[in-house]
Amino acid sequence: MSKIFPKSANRLPLQIIIFLIVLLGVVTTATNYYATPKYTRVGYAPVQPVPYSHALHVDKLGLDCRYCHSNVEKSGVANLPTAQTCMNCHSQVRTDSPLLAPVRAAYQSGEPINWVRIHQVPDYVYFNHSVHVNRGVSCVSCHGQINQMEVVAHAKSLSMGFCLDCHRNPQANVRPLDQVTNLNWNADQVKIDGKPHAEWAAEFVKNNKIKPPQSCTGCHR
Amino acid sequence: MATSADHAAPAILNEVNPPELPRAVLVENNRSFTWITDKICGIIEGKTPAWWWVCFIVACFVASFTVAGITYLVATGVGVWGHANPVNWAWDIVNFVFWIGIGHAGTLISAILCLLRQKWRTSINRAAEAMTIFAVVCAGIFPVFHVGRVWFAWYLFPIPNSNYVWQNFRSPLEWDVFAVSTYGTVSVLFWYVGLIPDLATLRDRFMAAGNKLRATIYGFFAMGWRGSNRHWSNYEMAYLILAGISTPLVLSVHTIVSFDFAVSLIPGWHTTIFPPYFVAGAIFSGFGMVLTLMLPLRAIYKLEDLITQYHIDCMCKITLATGTMVGYAYAMEFFIAWYGANPYEGFAFINRAFGPYAWAYWTMITCNVITPQFFWFKKVRQNTALVWILSIFVNVGMWFERFVIIVTSLARDFLPSSWGYYSPSIVEIFTFFGTFGVFSVLFLLFIRFLPIMPMAELKAVTPQADVHGGENHH
Repeated sequence: MSKIFPKSANRLPLQIIIFLIVLLGVVTTATNYYATPKYTRVGYAPVQPVPYSHALHVDKLGLDCRYCHSNVEKSGVANLPTAQTCMNCHSQVRTDSPLLAPVRAAYQSGEPINWVRIHQVPDYVYFNHSVHVNRGVSCVSCHGQINQMEVVAHAKSLSMGFCLDCHRNPQANVRPLDQVTNLNWNADQVKIDGKPHAEWAAEFVKNNKIKPPQSCTGCHR
Repeated sequence: MATSADHAAPAILNEVNPPELPRAVLVENNRSFTWITDKICGIIEGKTPAWWWVCFIVACFVASFTVAGITYLVATGVGVWGHANPVNWAWDIVNFVFWIGIGHAGTLISAILCLLRQKWRTSINRAAEAMTIFAVVCAGIFPVFHVGRVWFAWYLFPIPNSNYVWQNFRSPLEWDVFAVSTYGTVSVLFWYVGLIPDLATLRDRFMAAGNKLRATIYGFFAMGWRGSNRHWSNYEMAYLILAGISTPLVLSVHTIVSFDFAVSLIPGWHTTIFPPYFVAGAIFSGFGMVLTLMLPLRAIYKLEDLITQYHIDCMCKITLATGTMVGYAYAMEFFIAWYGANPYEGFAFINRAFGPYAWAYWTMITCNVITPQFFWFKKVRQNTALVWILSIFVNVGMWFERFVIIVTSLARDFLPSSWGYYSPSIVEIFTFFGTFGVFSVLFLLFIRFLPIMPMAELKAVTPQADVHGGENHH
């Protein structure tokens, strides 16, 4: 009987197994890299209706975060400023800049500026800004160095794993309450009450009974 | 120490002179090896019969109901199924357990009967294993789509992910994932290893007939089988190892399925009898399905010489034995509910028999406890049509058993204020009805393209293979 398959077919099973192993490795690596929030979300920097520069206003001029996001300590939502907030200064500074035309229009009409939202957790996630800010979690922990951004970009993954990393180990991300909006603050370079950060943070977490929820219902209410 | 006197026949034997009871012949009419090969391969090589096309088209149509039901569910949401508080498990889990149970006969036949050297398994094991695999496919549909957003079903497996979603390994539902996927994998392997020599036979026959395409396809899956002594030696070893691996699976899979219920605290579920009771029920339903499938096959393909009356007897007797075990378990549940003196447990069982679902309970009792008792009678076992009808009752009864267990306990648990009554939605009915089509499509493809019996193994149990002339030769 003539043979159907060439002799090289004897190596086929091994080749198929090796191919499958390589395929599995490539798919795993590619999924891990391209299909997770650290790739899909980080770097998102849409064009905004007004080219507002955090680098200029915060880093150079020294505005505090809470000057514009004024309710962040009291509310679950970190509000965007109204045009009125902008006009506190811009009624006197650069009053005829064409870049600020949408701000002046919004101020006159009362229609808010349509900022493009960048940081957005899914609807099924409950997140409260005030509870984090009032427990010494800085803006920088989730939003990155906004103070140095010309255009705001998504800096951290904000995946569930990202949240849980801190909820499981809050010490790493707490700081004195008066430093929460100081985005240049560096835990490694300062001593707090004469103690290194790690030691201070452990006490701070203990004294303030910081017990971030790790159960599903903590965030998925 | 045995002495020669022990071996001497008692004197009484000479007086009563008992007749020799011949061992049942497993292949009748002294069929030759060639006849067996021609018979089994002929099914595949012959022209596709008209009845096959009719059945296939009908089966595809029925299967489309599952496709439609599932498409609607995925597009709309899991709420299109009828379960809602308090009955949050209903047809989905009923159908899952029903189909998983059916698969059990295949594993029992292929693994336990193999290790116990029950030679009558040879003519039914291939089809029973195929049935197992197809039943697992049908079973898997229900829990996978019950998760609602089916594209997240992979969360069932412990795959590291950026959400840090990790499985709750204390949940029996998670054990189910591993039990069923292991079961499916081993069943496929067992089935495939057994197929290899027969695929090679088909390859050679198609090659000789000049059908290069089919020879190549069968040849690919035969993986270069030449039937050498070394091949057979490896084959036997692989088969034995797989039988050893599968044997605990026969018991473990349905044990773990029963844990889905037994580990909870719902009255009527929280009982220690569940694992053995579920395993017996699974084998019972599995043999019911084997009879339902094999008897028409036997009639259509004239396989009476290969599936003899002895085979039917054996299957009926196992159905009888496991059916009686199931009946015993029903009785024992009632006894323990009374003896345990737990008012909720007691109520759960009174409610089963006389509550709003009494119709389902008595259907179950009729089909599962009374039906198999007919198999005590040789006359019944020899009436193939009657056996087939009774096997259908077994299938119906075992579906109702799962329905009774799952729905009655949930519909009326601890708090009368939250009692309810469950009825399936049309989408559920469509989905379940369609799975019979899915199963039939797969089974029809199996009988059309794969050898429905292991030819080599059948030859080994023919009278010709026993060159020493029976077991009397010592």
